[in-house]
Amino acid sequence: MSFLRIEGLTKEFDGYKAVNHVSLDIAKGEIFALLGSSGCGKSTLLRMLAGFETPTAGRIVLDGRDLAGLPPYERPINMMFQSYALFPHLTVWDNIAFGLKRDGLPRDRIAERVDAMLKLVQLGKFAKRKPHQLSGGQQQRVALARSLAKQPQLLLLDEPLGALDKKLREETQIELVNIIESVGVTCVMVTHDQEEAMTMASRIAVMSEGQFLQVGAPGDIYETPATRFVADFIGNVNLMDGTVVEDQPDHVVVECADCRHFVGHGITGTPGMAVTVALRPEKIHLTRQRPADEFNSAPGRIKELSYFGSFTVYHVVLASGALLKVSLANTQRHRDVEFTWGDEVWAHWSRTSHVVLTQ
Amino acid sequence: MNALLRLVAVLRRGRTYVIGTPYVWLLAFFLLPFLILVNYSVSEMETVHPRALVSIKDGVLQLSVKFANYLYIAQDDLYFKTYLASLKYATVTTLLCLVIGYPFAYFMARARSTLQPALLMLVMLPFWTSFLLRVYAWKGLLSPGGWVADVLVATGIDQLLAAAGLIAAPGKLMNTPFSLVLGMTYTYLPFMILPLFGNLSKMDLRLLEAAQDLGASPWVAFWKVTVPLSKAGIIAGSMLVFIPCVGEFVIPELLGGPETLMTGRVMWDEFFSNNDWPLASTLAVVMILLIIVPLAVFNKYQAEAQDRQGGRA
Repeated sequence: MSFLRIEGLTKEFDGYKAVNHVSLDIAKGEIFALLGSSGCGKSTLLRMLAGFETPTAGRIVLDGRDLAGLPPYERPINMMFQSYALFPHLTVWDNIAFGLKRDGLPRDRIAERVDAMLKLVQLGKFAKRKPHQLSGGQQQRVALARSLAKQPQLLLLDEPLGALDKKLREETQIELVNIIESVGVTCVMVTHDQEEAMTMASRIAVMSEGQFLQVGAPGDIYETPATRFVADFIGNVNLMDGTVVEDQPDHVVVECADCRHFVGHGITGTPGMAVTVALRPEKIHLTRQRPADEFNSAPGRIKELSYFGSFTVYHVVLASGALLKVSLANTQRHRDVEFTWGDEVWAHWSRTSHVVLTQ
Repeated sequence: MNALLRLVAVLRRGRTYVIGTPYVWLLAFFLLPFLILVNYSVSEMETVHPRALVSIKDGVLQLSVKFANYLYIAQDDLYFKTYLASLKYATVTTLLCLVIGYPFAYFMARARSTLQPALLMLVMLPFWTSFLLRVYAWKGLLSPGGWVADVLVATGIDQLLAAAGLIAAPGKLMNTPFSLVLGMTYTYLPFMILPLFGNLSKMDLRLLEAAQDLGASPWVAFWKVTVPLSKAGIIAGSMLVFIPCVGEFVIPELLGGPETLMTGRVMWDEFFSNNDWPLASTLAVVMILLIIVPLAVFNKYQAEAQDRQGGRA
């Protein structure tokens, strides 16, 4: 039994389908992320949930109740807006109380609830401040408290951490998830930041051109992307075009320009079919000697290397001229085997480290 | 000596001049004339010039400050009534401009952005014609035979106005409180619309969505978010209408009647008909003081708004 059900939802703007026949089931208590680049329709979908856009077709059912025709102010849904949209003329306290006052709650109930919210986001000391007197992280917490104050059935987060700098974003991600989970509210978030989606969400929908390309847990989407687009969109990946030369239930062999891939999973395809092999940079190893396995290795020369501290990314030019990105963790302070510019190397990878994409 | 050197050092810095320019302007064109007015208002007159406030006579330093004019206008209730009338008509005009101008500015600010320059142009278009001419035109429009008068009479609105005491009798629209307030509202409406438009068009519309999301109907969101956030625009527009209206001379002269005697008119009479410059100056000084109070309020809010904006940047 799904808590939020989206059925065939479509939104057209002047003949252009911003959201194109999308269906989705979200369970109670889930944190669900809509991930996509700008213009993919994720924000339009979120705005339809909030009630700011009217669907051209399709239904939104929340807890058994069709939301069609309900204006935003009558939906049991609250949203944390991108860059927060805090009321600049109201104090933190009044910002959080705004929604409660609209419900006509008695004054002491409001005070009780606001104080509980302030405590939840640890902003008790700042109740009398105006939003502009707060830091970005504090504003973000006020926005969260405001959107949780009415105990919504569904919480919407629009780029929740987009306005914070990198360091603060990482800390806040965990804190935000902890608060949402402690409250137990079902949550749909929109983000263009894949790290944000992966760390915060229990499931992710990758969106492009108004449609879901893949829906699944972060690990599934990363390790078994369904399409080239998803593989490329989530994380770094090496994509190699080739043809299937051997198709068995438990493995396939793909012939590419620079190597023969032995992939340890079956596909629904036929020999001779054109496919793409997706290989993550961190799953590749480098050696100076030729590996024993006739499959899954390719010789090349290091053209470029970027040192990131915890890992180093090598750009290896293969015989065909194709570029292979290899990421090696710097597990020792001084590596025994240091590769550097111009080194001739062999890149190799295991039989379970890559996937074959048929579309 | 040391202080003098320091002053020279301060003056040498170029930005002092830049910052000082508005102060010099205010000093030369407001404070000095104002002090001259004050001087007139408290001096004995010789033939044409006021007598010096400080004089030495028979070896005695004399300071002569004459309060008679102030006492006079305090005692004669004509002046009190004209001030009151000025404040009343200015207040009514300001409120009318606000009631008409706010929706006007609101829909302008929410109109398609391609349409906005044209709408803005329409608001400013009347300024292309002489102000005097436009006010004069109302004389024709409101006199019997003018089409505005005809419409008002035909629809029976003149009966309502007469019943409310705003015009002398049905059909007689000119030289009444009605024609005066109409003329002032018409003239000053753009001064209300422009600051309000400037304010409302800058508003973050997501705040209204946030309000709706939290359970406020559009109407409630308007009163709880839009109006409070446009406070600076409301105050700026109101001041721009109220202040000139208090001292307005031309419109009451052309459109007003016997019962709409306003300060501007009385001042004119004292200056040019009675040639009583000290009394006229006294009236002007009191009027300026009456205006300075709302102006101070305006400045206070302006400073607060600035503070808020500065904090957000």
